[in-house]
Amino acid sequence: MKAAERAAVADAFKEIKERAESRWRELWHNKPVIMVGTATCGRAAGALEVLQTFRDEVKKRNLDCPVIEVGCMGHCYAEPLVIISKPGYPPICYGYVNPVIAERLLKEFVLGDNPCPEFVIGALEENDIVPSFTDFPRAQYEQKIILKNCGHTDPTEIDHYIAGGGYSALAKALEMTPEDIVDEVKKSGLRGRGGAGFPAGLKWEYCRNTRGRPKYIICNADEGDPGAFMDRSILESDPHSVIEGMIIAGYATGARYGYIYVRAEYPLAVERTQIALTQAKKFRLLGNHILGSSFNFDIILFQGSGAFVCGEATAMAASIEGKPGTPRARPPRMTTEGLFGKPTVVNNVKTLAFVPPIIRNGAGWLKSTGTKESSGTAVFALAGKIVNTGLVEVPMGTTLRQIIYEVGSGIPGGKRFRAVQIGGPSGGCLPEPALDLPVDFDSLRDAGAMMGSGGMVVLDEDDCMVEIARYFLEFTQRESCGKCTFCRLGTKQMLEVLNDFTLGQGKIEDIDSLERLAEEVKAGSLCGLGQTAPNPILTTLRYFREEYEEHILMGRCPALMCRQLIAYYILPDKCERSCDACVGSCTVEAISANKKRIKVIDQEKCVKCGTCLAACPPQYNAVVKLSPPSEVPKK
Amino acid sequence: MTQTDPGKTAEEKAQSRQETKQALKGFGRKKQNLIPILQKVQGRLGYLPREAMTEIAEYLNIPDIDVYGVVTFYNQFRLTPPGRHSVRVCLGTACHMKGGYITLDAWKRRLDINPGETTTDREFDMDTVACVGCCTKAPVTVVDNKPEGKVEPTRVDGILLAFEQEREVKDKEESESS
Ligand SMILES: Cc1cc2nc3c(=O)[nH]c(=O)nc-3n(C[C@H](O)[C@H](O)[C@H](O)COP(=O)(O)O)c2cc1C
Ligand code: FES
Repeated sequence: MKAAERAAVADAFKEIKERAESRWRELWHNKPVIMVGTATCGRAAGALEVLQTFRDEVKKRNLDCPVIEVGCMGHCYAEPLVIISKPGYPPICYGYVNPVIAERLLKEFVLGDNPCPEFVIGALEENDIVPSFTDFPRAQYEQKIILKNCGHTDPTEIDHYIAGGGYSALAKALEMTPEDIVDEVKKSGLRGRGGAGFPAGLKWEYCRNTRGRPKYIICNADEGDPGAFMDRSILESDPHSVIEGMIIAGYATGARYGYIYVRAEYPLAVERTQIALTQAKKFRLLGNHILGSSFNFDIILFQGSGAFVCGEATAMAASIEGKPGTPRARPPRMTTEGLFGKPTVVNNVKTLAFVPPIIRNGAGWLKSTGTKESSGTAVFALAGKIVNTGLVEVPMGTTLRQIIYEVGSGIPGGKRFRAVQIGGPSGGCLPEPALDLPVDFDSLRDAGAMMGSGGMVVLDEDDCMVEIARYFLEFTQRESCGKCTFCRLGTKQMLEVLNDFTLGQGKIEDIDSLERLAEEVKAGSLCGLGQTAPNPILTTLRYFREEYEEHILMGRCPALMCRQLIAYYILPDKCERSCDACVGSCTVEAISANKKRIKVIDQEKCVKCGTCLAACPPQYNAVVKLSPPSEVPKK
Repeated sequence: MTQTDPGKTAEEKAQSRQETKQALKGFGRKKQNLIPILQKVQGRLGYLPREAMTEIAEYLNIPDIDVYGVVTFYNQFRLTPPGRHSVRVCLGTACHMKGGYITLDAWKRRLDINPGETTTDREFDMDTVACVGCCTKAPVTVVDNKPEGKVEPTRVDGILLAFEQEREVKDKEESESS
């Protein structure tokens, strides 16, 4: 780039930045601001009603108090979340807000001076009034890089992103040579966050060095793991960070077009990303002559149509080309022959979101976080039997124990930890002794699991390990595209064996054949779907083999989960004559009272839904699960 | 191609054809537009009837079977008309482990259909989804695009009852006004 062009870029960006900063200052100037988290997790908990209440009240009273929508802060367990920033106070975050609480917050805190400590989750800064997030044990472990803006800025306002330093990496990148950028990303040690951990800089270099035009960058936002939601959350909360990363990737690799491939089930992510793209284009951060330079780059938003395998890079390309999304054999690599046969880089949402901070702060900065082989942070979606469900970002190398017990506050209800499932259908279940494993790409793979998508589902004593393996196999079998034999037939066979186990119909020698088959499917499948589908089986066999044996040899499910292997039973000496709670609750009318008014379950009619167990008042606790079902006393 | 909705009148078919033609406006005749076109048409018609698929094939100048192949490959596309209310039972990991499969059984029992089907009175269609991102409230069922938390068998009955009452009120109003 010539000196004159460089100066033009710097000037163009300076103007945009100054305008954004002045608008940002104005927003906060001497007035309270209310921020409501309206990402999908918030909406499911009623955030839109809360938003409406604030807006109505502010309007009714004619207040100078902006009410803005922000994304997800990661504390999904406490949704709907609201942050109120008022001059003279630190910004305070409130949880479990409903319209009634919203009205009180407005009256007592915004208009009065009572910060309502009873609804506070934490303040964003240290102060003497209310506890702050930095006092939480999790603050010691969390380090936010790509989730930094999430929940603190309005994702539909490009000015908020720019005022916080956004797009300055793009302006800086345009003054560098593409080779220098590739070098910087290589040196940072950034590895792909889509699961496999392939070095991002190297992938970019392959693409850059391949002839063929136009080149493409695809942002993989298909997020097919049924237990992960961080990519959605980033696109809903901070879409510009991903877009900026993509533009830089485009400049570094010499690409002309970018595609963002978003999962169909994410309508809000689609909407917010589309708004962000339109704004970026308006600001000349996208399109022809970006920031007045000679670099042209456009991004197209493509909505997936609900097929897990389309998360695989070659299948994704086929899908964008308008075909059924089936993968093809590699080589040739995507960087040689990708979308429409042209050199293509496919990167995950998070990988791209790491690019702007790397360019802003330099390669060494990212390297200083995380482990030697895995630099930076890892984002996990915590779900299942854990107190603080939601998103967490911790340095690579944090142990599972720290994530589950310190950041996630452990298992609710005093239950015992059983396993943690990491990486969804491609990952595995790790037992208690693995909890001290520092998590990074390589340690997880050695343990038989996989970083995968970053979904982390905690399982307790009520969760059956055979059933979870069966669940994931059912998923991969259904989603197998059917192109290669190992995956098409192998997943089906494995599923049938597992079905037999959970029905109590397995034979002990089936365990060995299952293990053999799993190894073969892993070795023989065409794409990552089939190659990783056996992982849930292999890890549960490795760490929980005795549970399989118990299912087969004793017809017993130790977690009391597999429905064919349990029966519900009402303990006659605990059942209270005057109580009919279970009778009314039963959805199939399988419970009746005998002559002594003791309730009895008709085992023939019972569908084992567990409603009676939940309905039985705790002072009686008369309903129990028994396994095997033959434990139920005969009359 | 299988008959997707028997009993449809010629008039209704002509109308779907017309709607499809409308939806096609503005799309280039390139095969790579197939999926966005299908999404748009389904957005208008609620599903992809046979007439719509042939219309699209003609427009893109590709064989009918290529359209059908794509429609049946992706989970998002429906071949049957939707019901007035949509029920989506979450079978993501967290929901499954908290009994989503029991909830699904309850819906199946009450609506007497399988996932992917519509009740004969076209009141409900039911399907499964994988994680809608509110795992804290597992098991989740998305009813008419609104995620409902803790949907266990008794709650299924509750939701259905609420719809029934709504319908009764509406029927009554209608009969009174006429
Ligand atoms: C069956 C299957 C599903 C996948 N799903 C995703 C996905 O949802 N998101 C994703 O980023 N990568 C997914 N991948 C990995 C991609 O193929 C690819 O490796 C990744 O997007 C590359 O980006 P990265 O280098 O930034 O990690 C999947 C792979 C397979 C085999
Ligand atoms: S698993 Fe059902 S909402 Fe996540």
